[in-house]
Amino acid sequence: MNSTTSLSYDGSLNGLLTCIFLNYEEKLQVVAIHPPGIASEELFSNHLEVITEKPKAERVWKAFKKIATARGVKNIYFAYLSEEPGIELEILKYFQHTFQRKESIDGDFANSHVLKIAQTAKKVSREKHRMEAFVRFQLTKDSIYFATIEPDFNVLPVIKHHFTSRYSDQEWIIYDLKRKFGLYYNLTTTNIINIDFAKNSGSSEENDYFFDSHEQDFQKLWKNYFEATTIKSRINIRLHHQHVPKRYWKYLIEKNPLHN
Amino acid sequence: MMFDRIKEKLEILADAAKYDVSCSSSGSKRSNKNKGLGNSDGMGICHSYTEDGRCVSLLKILLTNHCIFDCAYCVTRRSNDIKRAAFKVQEVVDLTINFYRRNYIEGLFLSSGIFKDADFTMERLIQVAKKLRLEENFNGYIHLKSIPGASDELMHEAGLYADRLSVNIEIPTVSGLKKLAPEKDHADFIKPMEKVKNEIIQYNSEKKLIKSTPKYAPAGQSTQMIVGATGESDREIMLSANHYYKNYNMKRVYYSGYVPIRNDPRLPSLGSQVPMLRENRLYQTDWLMRFYGFEVNELLNPQFPNLDVEVDPKLSWALRNPQHFPVDINRAEKETLLRIPGVGLKSVSKILNARKYRKLNYDHLKAIGVALNRAKYFIICDSRGWETKDLGSAKIKSLILRNSVGKFRKEYSSQLSLF
Ligand code: SF4
Repeated sequence: MNSTTSLSYDGSLNGLLTCIFLNYEEKLQVVAIHPPGIASEELFSNHLEVITEKPKAERVWKAFKKIATARGVKNIYFAYLSEEPGIELEILKYFQHTFQRKESIDGDFANSHVLKIAQTAKKVSREKHRMEAFVRFQLTKDSIYFATIEPDFNVLPVIKHHFTSRYSDQEWIIYDLKRKFGLYYNLTTTNIINIDFAKNSGSSEENDYFFDSHEQDFQKLWKNYFEATTIKSRINIRLHHQHVPKRYWKYLIEKNPLHN
Repeated sequence: MMFDRIKEKLEILADAAKYDVSCSSSGSKRSNKNKGLGNSDGMGICHSYTEDGRCVSLLKILLTNHCIFDCAYCVTRRSNDIKRAAFKVQEVVDLTINFYRRNYIEGLFLSSGIFKDADFTMERLIQVAKKLRLEENFNGYIHLKSIPGASDELMHEAGLYADRLSVNIEIPTVSGLKKLAPEKDHADFIKPMEKVKNEIIQYNSEKKLIKSTPKYAPAGQSTQMIVGATGESDREIMLSANHYYKNYNMKRVYYSGYVPIRNDPRLPSLGSQVPMLRENRLYQTDWLMRFYGFEVNELLNPQFPNLDVEVDPKLSWALRNPQHFPVDINRAEKETLLRIPGVGLKSVSKILNARKYRKLNYDHLKAIGVALNRAKYFIICDSRGWETKDLGSAKIKSLILRNSVGKFRKEYSSQLSLF
């Protein structure tokens, strides 16, 4: 009887691709692939710690790209960024299926793995659009436009391009508080940064010290605008909540009572 | 900036501009060159939504709400006793830039009451756009209102800086306009529309020869009609919309349910309901004309001059034309699939993809996102259980209505998000 194996990897895309490589090289029967911080629960299978190896990862990625369509490649990348439990195994299945058929399966929406990947990618893509829409910069005293986010999925890598090409004449930072890293555009390139937030950050004295003296004025103007542009006789709160789910309100100055 | 003064103006002039439903910021292609500020390539972004469910994408304001005209349906009309205000050109520029840099907006939608005369007003609007483009190196979206009666020279200049230009026709028929805005001439609305259309045509042909031809209103022009202020039928409204799409290359026609603002014997009284469902049905019809290959006459004709409020216009058409059904999901052409009730654009493209791999059945269609509760009466697929009985239109309609109250609501709201 073939024994089954569960894998652990470092959470990177290259790490995951290395897992897929090993699956073939060692002819494994992989039943789970775990990102860091998730303990293996498969009692009856072997466990393997996978060390990321870029050349192996690249070989898998190249082979996949040769067969898959641009949409398929994008969907896999977006699904990976979802960080959803179990998505790694779905991605492995997708690769296996592709390599087995030796042709793109990207349009085969009646296949459950293809549909799952497409749907997950869709969710990440929606989150990407939401972040592009809902990020609210605040101007700091050092003339940096600064925003924090806590997205459901790891979308910083895919919103980088949008913000870099749009705001190319101002310095800006978008920081993911959940994943503890951010993007910093320094008027030339956009790089990853880590910030140690002091304990009392967010307090109003701290904010006064940190932000430009007119920052609050512009936020108030925006809030005024938002209220004035609403047509009271057409209010439809249900629809409103559908457009802007409550968990996103924290980003929005116009919805945030703290800014009153 | 004098924040208190600006705040007051902003409140007055945003309030007055909000009845213009267009907030679209899509369809332009202005990239960010030479490290300028902003871009507007392709899809516009909704940065927020108002509590009435509309997308907030642009800073939508009037330059001033002083107006020499007295159109009955407009809050800005001369005889209305309201606070008046006017922005300075530089104030609008500063607001736009500061909001844009904070990622609140995609750009500016600037309209205005008519002060002094059409050209004087149009000139001010152009000044704002020009400053934004030339002094601020701003590549975000700019939508300017074409002031009815503005001269050809000004309309030419406006298109050099704006992404979109629009004149709101407001009242769908000439006779309705006479009644509600007797001082206004229908021809004044058409003039700037005609000019913009011709400029766009000319730009497109010159562009082919000379690559560096300066852009002219790359997102085209749009217009808006008020629904339910005068007694037009849905057919009259859609024929009029079709006329503007065909003859003026409109990118979009917007339909705005009349919001009662005053008691006037010519208009629905204060307190009457905003015809939101009707408005939604008109948008659906508009969509069917533009993306689903329907002709106006198929959806609305002398025998059938008003849309069915109970069911969507595609379903309504299918019920009136049972001879076209059932459609075989696994064989039919794209154009035919598009006409099946409950099957949208995205579902059609998924069906076309997925059926290359295998024959599709109900489960597949459901997973793909087809609204089977409506579609199942009109299709054949690879499931045994498809509706073989010839139920007749009345029966099908009542079955669908009975089983889809919640679903119907959902669709209603998702359609509203289209603008
Ligand atoms: S001209 Fe325009 S702003 Fe003035 S009253 Fe008529 S519709 Fe309103």
